[in-house]
Order: sequence, then structure tokens, then C-alpha cells
Amino acid sequence: MPAIQLAGGIPYYLPRSGLDTLVSTLSEEGYTVLGPRVMDGVISFQPLTSAADLPRGVRDEQGGGSYRLVDGDPELCFQYVVGPDGPKRYTLPPVLQLFSVRPEPDYYAMEHGPPSPPKLAFLGIRPCEVAALAVQDRVFAARETGGFRCEADSYYQQTRDSALVIAVNCTHPGSSCFCASMGTGPVARQGYDVALTELRGGFVVQCGSPRGTTLFERLPVREPSSAELELAELRLEQAAARMGRRLEAEGLPEALERAVEHPHWDEVAKRCLGCGNCTMVCPTCFCSTVSDATELTSKVTTRTRDWESCYTHQFSYTTAGPVRHSIRARHRHWVTHKLSGFVAQFGTSGCVGCGRCITWCPAAIDITEEAAAIRGDAQWAAAATAARKEVAA
Amino acid sequence: MPRTGAFTADGKPKVAVYKFSSCDGCQLAILNLEDQLLDLVGAIEVAYFVEARRRELPPPYAIGLVEGSVSTPEEEERIHKIRRDCDFLVTIGACATSGGIQALRNWADVEEFTRYVYAYPEYIKALDTATPIAAHVFVDFELRGCPVNRFQILELVAATLAGRKPAIPTYSLCIECKRRGVSCRLVSAGKPCLGPVTQAGCGALCPAYNRACYGCFGPMELPNVDSLGERFIGLGYSPAEITRMLRSFNGYVEPFKQASDRYAQRD
Repeated sequence: MPAIQLAGGIPYYLPRSGLDTLVSTLSEEGYTVLGPRVMDGVISFQPLTSAADLPRGVRDEQGGGSYRLVDGDPELCFQYVVGPDGPKRYTLPPVLQLFSVRPEPDYYAMEHGPPSPPKLAFLGIRPCEVAALAVQDRVFAARETGGFRCEADSYYQQTRDSALVIAVNCTHPGSSCFCASMGTGPVARQGYDVALTELRGGFVVQCGSPRGTTLFERLPVREPSSAELELAELRLEQAAARMGRRLEAEGLPEALERAVEHPHWDEVAKRCLGCGNCTMVCPTCFCSTVSDATELTSKVTTRTRDWESCYTHQFSYTTAGPVRHSIRARHRHWVTHKLSGFVAQFGTSGCVGCGRCITWCPAAIDITEEAAAIRGDAQWAAAATAARKEVAA
Repeated sequence: MPRTGAFTADGKPKVAVYKFSSCDGCQLAILNLEDQLLDLVGAIEVAYFVEARRRELPPPYAIGLVEGSVSTPEEEERIHKIRRDCDFLVTIGACATSGGIQALRNWADVEEFTRYVYAYPEYIKALDTATPIAAHVFVDFELRGCPVNRFQILELVAATLAGRKPAIPTYSLCIECKRRGVSCRLVSAGKPCLGPVTQAGCGALCPAYNRACYGCFGPMELPNVDSLGERFIGLGYSPAEITRMLRSFNGYVEPFKQASDRYAQRD
């Protein structure tokens, strides 16, 4: 593997003390700053008021169906992997009231129109999450495809147009991670305004857009030393070599298309809870349900969009009943869509290798293990199964 | 078909609320609607609700809400008359829907209990089992929980009045936890959380207070109890402990009942 090289224009160096200035500058410019902070035993993606909210000195240990926070290096703020939440919670909110209407004698009057998102700054998202945003852009942003023009999801589009992406390259991948094999990390290659690489005293900064450059030129940055640049590249190279898992994507969409009746699905269905956790934490899963609710007396009707999951029985309910009756069918659908259907539909894999579906599955189902089993790669499948059992024990 | 007598002269549906063997908590959930209570009594006619109103209007009723399980010979008779009196019969809460905590007697000797508990056990007339309402009569809709979520009662009434299907989810509690951004009690704290097999509807109440779900809303659609049980065993819980987790408020409803019987045998 060639040594990892930092991309982008002329790099800067931001001492850690500059983080506070970064957060306050963003707030002054009207951004709601979202970033990692410790909340109820996990690193959550939440509004920040200052750099003191960042998870300094906290590390996470992840594995199949397991997540724990432990003490880490007190000089580092970004030594965790990823938490259950990411930008999806804000670009595609879990519950969004689209509008409400009130009946008038011969028409419906708009009570509340569609909401407007705040101006967001995503601070500290990982390269895998930057890649996930690019996948969601293909789903929700306006585009031309095969002669059809897809309309944008207006809330999503507004969020993305105003959002500032300040990524932090990953120097601490976890045992659930496989971004290196998906080509999405541990270094952000595109889709960011600024990408930081954390060292003990501060950050090597690369600007990926004029907005990012303008912002960081106002901060207390200096030119990085060659030792700092070298160290940053070394840290990222080490990270790429420390991926806990691997997914071989070559030929996988075709293998999955052929595997509709593969016996492996029966095996996984015995373990799958059908609870939907994997889809909720997946940064590219986009399914939602739209429902209208009436109030008892005011006659106002509100239309709401909620996160939904292809794992729920009622999600595919039609006149004749649910389309996918068994857990086997629903689980197969998710994996096949994620790793194969996405490619045909959106021209990209739906998986960015963040490993969240593995960590947050209460039954420790591992998408890399399944992909290997479906591809018929016995050696990888066995290695992944052994790794899972080791974590469970 | 609704009967004309089930509505008042000004077109409001007559609603009855009944109590069987229960703690009254679900009836109190209705009274706890505070902000919406006046709207509710404005939209319906409270025709029979002993806990809330002295006046009684005669049947038939458009909607009957039943709290509690059938655990006495008298209740066994009464539920049939109630079914005839109500056009749309809804059970509210774990007792009415699954038998409730008192259904634990179904695995034990009731006669022995009465000898220990009561000075004059001969006065006690109890059935050997406590059973859900649906074991006796046809039930049109079930609302889960111990107690019910009062907003689900409101939704049920609003949907029935509007002639639409009530928006009551049947998926796992995990969906609600993740929507709310509540950290996972099972994955991030190693607690034996029944959320992955329990029906949503409470709004992730317990997990939001750092407590694992104990399944008071009963089994979700097609739960995989065995897989979750294996995970609990991996966390160090014994089959006997898993049996007790499953046999709480909804122990006597399938598939918690079957699963608890299997873990009891493994003990």
C-alpha cells in the first residue's frame, strides 16, 4: 500500500486551543455547531456550545453488538470511532412535521408550511460520514438520471446547501470498521470544506473549499512543520492498517443478485431480531413513513415524516398484507439493497464501511461476514465468524 | 355496523370504560390526559365510567374500553354482556390484553395462595387463571402497556371518530429509542433490555431514563425471542432469570409465554 498522502491545497496547523475560536466563530456566523459529545455512555452527535463539550480524553471500544466508552489520551479530542448518530439526524430528521392544514368551507388553509432547517456546521464528522453524505446527496438532491429529473427533497437540499463540513480524519478506527476496503477512509478525499488530522497538540488542516479557506484564515493558524505533516500522514497510514474488518466489494452486487435462495439467509434469520437498529444507525439508510394525524376537535391535520425501517412488518404493508413476511426476507432485502441495489439505483454502494450496523446490532450480525459467505469466500467468512465469537465471549 | 342507540341525539358516540381485575392505572391514564381531557369529553359522551362519573347512560355504546383481565367467575359472565353492549370493543393495557401480572398465577396453585394470603379463604371466589379479554370474546383493537400510553387512547378515539385506522405502531421499541436518540441500554451498557422484542408505543420511556425495557408493551410483530435470549445468556443471565424477565406484565401472551416455558425447562 502506498503511503497515505494528505490531499488539498496548502495545509495549516491549528493548535488545540484554536478549537474554541473555531466553535465561537461558527456560532457568530449563525451556524448551529454540531459535533461529538459524551451523552449517556455514548459519543452522540449534538449541538456544541464550546470546544469544552468535545469528548477529550474519551475513547470508544466497539465490536459486534457492543460499545463502551473508556479513558483515553487526555490530549486528544477525536480518538473515538463513530457514535450511533451522525449528520443524518439533521439532514433527514427522525421526526419532521412537513405541514399542517385546516379545513375552510371550500378549501384547505395552510396552518404551518414546511419547516426551514437551521444553518448547520458538522464538526468532527469522519471520512465515512462525509462519504455517506455524498451517497445521500444522490438520493435526495435534485439530479438528472436516465432522462428523468428527480426532484430534490427540499429540507435535505436546504440543509446541505448551507451546511459546513469540517471533517476529522480517522486516526482511531475500531474493530467494526472497514472504510479502507470501501475506499471511503480513513482520509477524506472530497466532499468537505475542511479536513483536520489530529495530533497531540493540534490539527493539520486542509481546506477543501473556498468557504473552508476563508473560515480558517481567520483562525489562529500557522504553517505546519514538516515533522507535523509527516506525523499526520503516519497516523493515517497506521489507521488504514488497523481496520477491524474488511469487505470485498468487487463482484459482490452480482453475487448477491444470484443469492436470492442462498442457504446463508436462513442462518442469519435465526439470529436477526427484526428490530431495525441497523437501519436506524446506518448513515445512508433513508426510509421514512409519511402519516397524517387529525386532532380531536380543532380539525387541523398534520403530516409528519418519521424514520422507518425495511425491517418492520408494517413498512411494506399493502392491500394484500406485508410484501416481506419473514425476517429472512426483510434481512435479505436490506443487505441486497445496501450492497447491490444501491449500485444499480444510485451508482454507488450503499455501504461506507462505518461499521455501525455491526456495533449496534443486539445480535451482533456482521455485514462483512455475510458478504463473505454470500461470495463463497470461506476463508474470510470463517475469520469474521471467529472474530464475532471472540467478542461475544 | 354501529347501532343508532350507540350515539347521542347530537351525534356523539357513547363511550363506556370498564374495569376488570386490574390496578386502575389505565383508567387513570385517561384522566391524566389533562390538556386534552376537555376536548375528549367534548367529542364523545362518557356514558359509563364508574371511576370518573356517577351518571350512567344505558347501552348500547359505540366504543367500549376494557381494563383488566378475567380472573373471577363473575367477570367471566360479565364480559359477554359487555361485548353485546359495545359496537367496538378495545382492550386497554397489559392486563386486558395479555392477562397482566396476575396471570403469573397461571403457573402456580391459586388455592395455595388464598390459604396463605386470606384469613378466610372460603370467601374468595377466584378462577384458577387470569386471562386476557380476547380469550373470552372477540376484541376489535388492543392497546398495550402497563399502563397504556394516554396519547394512544387519544389517537384511538380521534382515529375512530375520523373513520381512519389508528396509527399504533407494532414494530420494536428500538425504532423509538433510535428516533429519540436514546443510547442503547443493551449495546452500550450491557443491560438485559427487552426492547428488541417489545412493541413500541411508550415513546422509549424507560431507556430515556437509563433503564432497560422490561417489556410492558408486550411482544412486537414477529419477535425473535430466542435470539435475544441467547444474547442475554452471553451477558451472563441464567435461563431462570430470562424466564422471570419474560414472565412479567405480558408473560401469559404468545410468544413470550412459549419462550418463557422453554427457558423454564432449560433451568
